[in-house]
Amino acid sequence: MMLLDELGQFFPPGRLLHRPGELAPYESDALTAFRARPLAVVLPESHEEVVAAVRWCARHRIPYVARGSGTSLSGGSLPIDGGLLIGLNRMNKLLRLDPQERIAVVEPGFINLQVSNAAAPHGLYYAPDPSSQPVSTIGGNLAFNSGGAHCLKYGMTSNHVLAARVVLPDGETVVLGGESLENTGPDWLGLFVGSEGLLGIATEITLRLLPKPETYHTVLAAYDSLEKAGDAVAAVVASGLLPGAMEIMDSLAIEAAEAAVKAGYPREARALLIVELEGETPQVEAEARYLDEVIRRSGAYEVRVAQSAEERLKIWKGRKAAFSAVGRLSPDYIVQDGVVPRSRLGQALAEIERLSARYGLRVANVFHAGDGNLHPLILYNGRVAGEFERAEELAGEILRLCVALGGSITGEHGVGMEKKAYMPEMFSEADLAAMRRIRLALDPLELSNRGKMFPGGEAPALHQAGPHPLERAGVISRE
Amino acid sequence: MQHKIDVEKLGPQGEIMAHAIEACVHCGFCLPACPTYQVLGEEMDSPRGRIFLMKEVLEGNLSMEEAQPYLDKCLGCQGCVTACPSGVPYGELITTYRGWSEPQRHRSPFQKLFRMGLQETLPYPSRFRAAAALGRLGKPIKPLLPPLLQAPLELLPDQLPKHQPLPELVPAEGERRARVAFLAGCAQQVLQPNFNHATLRVLARNGVEVVIPKGQGCCGALAMHTGERARALHFARTNLSAFAGEYDAILTNAAGCGSGLKEYPLLFHGEPEQAQAHQLAAKVKDVSVFLVELGLKAVPPLERPLKVAYHDACHLAHAQQVRAEPRRLLRSIPGLELVEIPEGELCCGSAGTYNLEQPEIATALGERKARNILATGAELVVTGNIGCFTQIQSHLRRLGREIPVLHTLELLDRAYAQSPILPNR
Ligand SMILES: Cc1cc2nc3c(=O)[nH]c(=O)nc-3n(C[C@H](O)[C@H](O)[C@H](O)COP(=O)(O)OP(=O)(O)OC[C@H]3O[C@@H](n4cnc5c(N)ncnc54)[C@H](O)[C@@H]3O)c2cc1C
Ligand code: SF4
Ligand code: SF4
Repeated sequence: MMLLDELGQFFPPGRLLHRPGELAPYESDALTAFRARPLAVVLPESHEEVVAAVRWCARHRIPYVARGSGTSLSGGSLPIDGGLLIGLNRMNKLLRLDPQERIAVVEPGFINLQVSNAAAPHGLYYAPDPSSQPVSTIGGNLAFNSGGAHCLKYGMTSNHVLAARVVLPDGETVVLGGESLENTGPDWLGLFVGSEGLLGIATEITLRLLPKPETYHTVLAAYDSLEKAGDAVAAVVASGLLPGAMEIMDSLAIEAAEAAVKAGYPREARALLIVELEGETPQVEAEARYLDEVIRRSGAYEVRVAQSAEERLKIWKGRKAAFSAVGRLSPDYIVQDGVVPRSRLGQALAEIERLSARYGLRVANVFHAGDGNLHPLILYNGRVAGEFERAEELAGEILRLCVALGGSITGEHGVGMEKKAYMPEMFSEADLAAMRRIRLALDPLELSNRGKMFPGGEAPALHQAGPHPLERAGVISRE
Repeated sequence: MQHKIDVEKLGPQGEIMAHAIEACVHCGFCLPACPTYQVLGEEMDSPRGRIFLMKEVLEGNLSMEEAQPYLDKCLGCQGCVTACPSGVPYGELITTYRGWSEPQRHRSPFQKLFRMGLQETLPYPSRFRAAAALGRLGKPIKPLLPPLLQAPLELLPDQLPKHQPLPELVPAEGERRARVAFLAGCAQQVLQPNFNHATLRVLARNGVEVVIPKGQGCCGALAMHTGERARALHFARTNLSAFAGEYDAILTNAAGCGSGLKEYPLLFHGEPEQAQAHQLAAKVKDVSVFLVELGLKAVPPLERPLKVAYHDACHLAHAQQVRAEPRRLLRSIPGLELVEIPEGELCCGSAGTYNLEQPEIATALGERKARNILATGAELVVTGNIGCFTQIQSHLRRLGREIPVLHTLELLDRAYAQSPILPNR
């Protein structure tokens, strides 16, 4: 308690949480398979308070985790047992919006969608659009280099961040990047983005805004097989078109999305492809004719084009709600996140279908087809003995499949806790050692988000057989 | 979310709670929709956090007292239900949980008395009228009273409207198009009797015969949402028999009462009257929905164009998913320009007795709502719930920028009668 008293000098009682009822809701992020109870949660309201919290951790060698909205799907914002959780939700202000320079400066707890809302009156928007955009914070987006449907054309978060003020694990403050796109020296900001909270906490972030596209052309195509939809994506890419977004949903995902938001999708389709062109009107009009031709030849049995802004929004609403909506079909599911080369999408999907049948578990597919980023959702019932383990195994097989096809173990949800064990499948020992050296140079005590991302160490993989060593030690528990 | 709740031990109520918890996937999509999370920015005061807390208590990992402060702060507005892609019936969860936990709960004698006072007056128009008159006398000494007692006084009008008893039957004007039963509500009869009279006039004008069954009482929502399950059952039983007749529909003009009646199947889950409760609930409609379905008779044009903001009452928009119909009614008044209120889906902080029990959050939300309303530049605000009406009126007044507030049906009534909508200027 002495320790907490000291922390209490910086944080009033309402913002220093330590009672069981206050801590319990912070035990998990959106991957509830993992739980851990922190020593305390602090809710800083300023950069200085973040510095104070980090310094306190450094002084007492207490590991800490930054948390945004806790929507990480890989255990990224899972607290560390006995560590400090730094909740950034009260640092949620828009500090500056400069329509001339097309930048927005925000605190880390500012919500992604709010950036676009604030920029809208100036005809601007913030391009990265993870499905979690109404909830997830810019700080979390930065840490995970989040992407979304429209990142096909515009790139992930890293392409839209200009600068970040960061509190390093020793409590020092640095500013990485700058307001212009041209900077001299190494790309420190690039190193920070996607580092999953292991290199420090961003407290102020400068974002690039883009002019809102003048026109959209949104096409919804229905197929009688997943493979055909996958091949259609390859055909669009081969045609030389660069749509703003290309997304696929399979029949289970369609069912869930329909139940959740009644998007009006063709329910009997085995797969839906959403393709959206965006940009200036004459260009979009010309491309639209070409796209419609490509789609027609791809074997779609029904093609709809959104005729109004409302129809477009409805199409997207279904897609964006699909993940959580799967909760309507099954009490538990694992969201997997892997990448395959676009040309091999059809093959990967067929293989996933076979795996699903072999394991006797339903797999729903909702994914960013345009960049080959798969999101198989593996449905299971945790109350049936052994199902969770089987689901885990199936999830692992899908990742290995991605690597074997020449892809990656994560597109955007990060490594966190969930995928640490797969890092060696993707990176050589030398790669991993180099990464670790960078980490240790900045954080020799491994205080910042300890136990995440790197394989081994304090918290080995979840997928191994039998209880997790940390579980045996009573440090974490899975539900 | 997986859980280890011992459903068998908890009985039918346990089933309801476990089912809701199971459906939650901890995705956080409900966070931005939650008014208390908006104000407090902490996980315990979010829907996701509350669901987790209830799960922990029901599993026996956490004491009830630890979770209570955060569950008490829930407005029951069900903004989270609208936002949740996974279909978590949060409203059913919190109502049932409150019913389960309240009898086991320790409260100070003062709190008990205060709660009892509310439960024994608000649902009874005559008692409430008497108490309100007494309350007015209390206004001058308000600063001397404990904070818990100051809030209710704040909301009382300086002058109570005259008591206007309701008839038992209002015949249809012209050809009869439907015959309905009407629930008169409690507090609104005392505070705004014109809500009912205006509603009855509009219904009659539209060829609807209205029966106001004798023996009806409070819908029980107030008791139900504060965990007084036995009391709620008592009220609900009275209404099951009062509304047992043959009607085309059972109408309410108070969002809270409408959703209260629609919750009877939940309340009677596992009780002998379960089937009856389902029958009644199936017939319940908000008056706006009923009028749109019936087809509203033409409304004469307004004297001059009027800019009106419609406020979504949570118990209409979220609990009953009624948003389009009141707007359709308003748009059918020629000359009326309807504007949307920014953050319209966020609760105004009234929520039953919430503004009496959690005045700080209620005030923060009330002020936010009033500012959002003013930002629209509307000349008039319209809503379909007495609680919202009082809350909005009082916060507009506090900001010193009072614009008139009316019930949707009052505005329609005035438009039909071609009487001035706004006070003369
Ligand atoms: C239904 C659903 C759909 C999703 N869809 C997508 C999608 O389409 N694309 C996608 O990319 N992701 C998606 N995600 C995953 C998730 O929303 C993103 O990873 C998001 O960026 C996390 O943001 P957050 O605010 O919730 O961060 P948290 O989950 O709280 O934290 C995520 C990580 O960021 C770190 N962190 C948080 N704030 C800071 C900070 N200020 N400085 C340094 N580190 C910090 C944390 O320590 C943690 O490691 C989805 C999640 C859900 C539940
Ligand atoms: S949106 Fe629904 S499923 Fe997601 S956390 Fe909230 S209640 Fe749970
Ligand atoms: S009912 Fe309202 S206050 Fe309660 S958790 Fe849901 S959104 Fe929040």
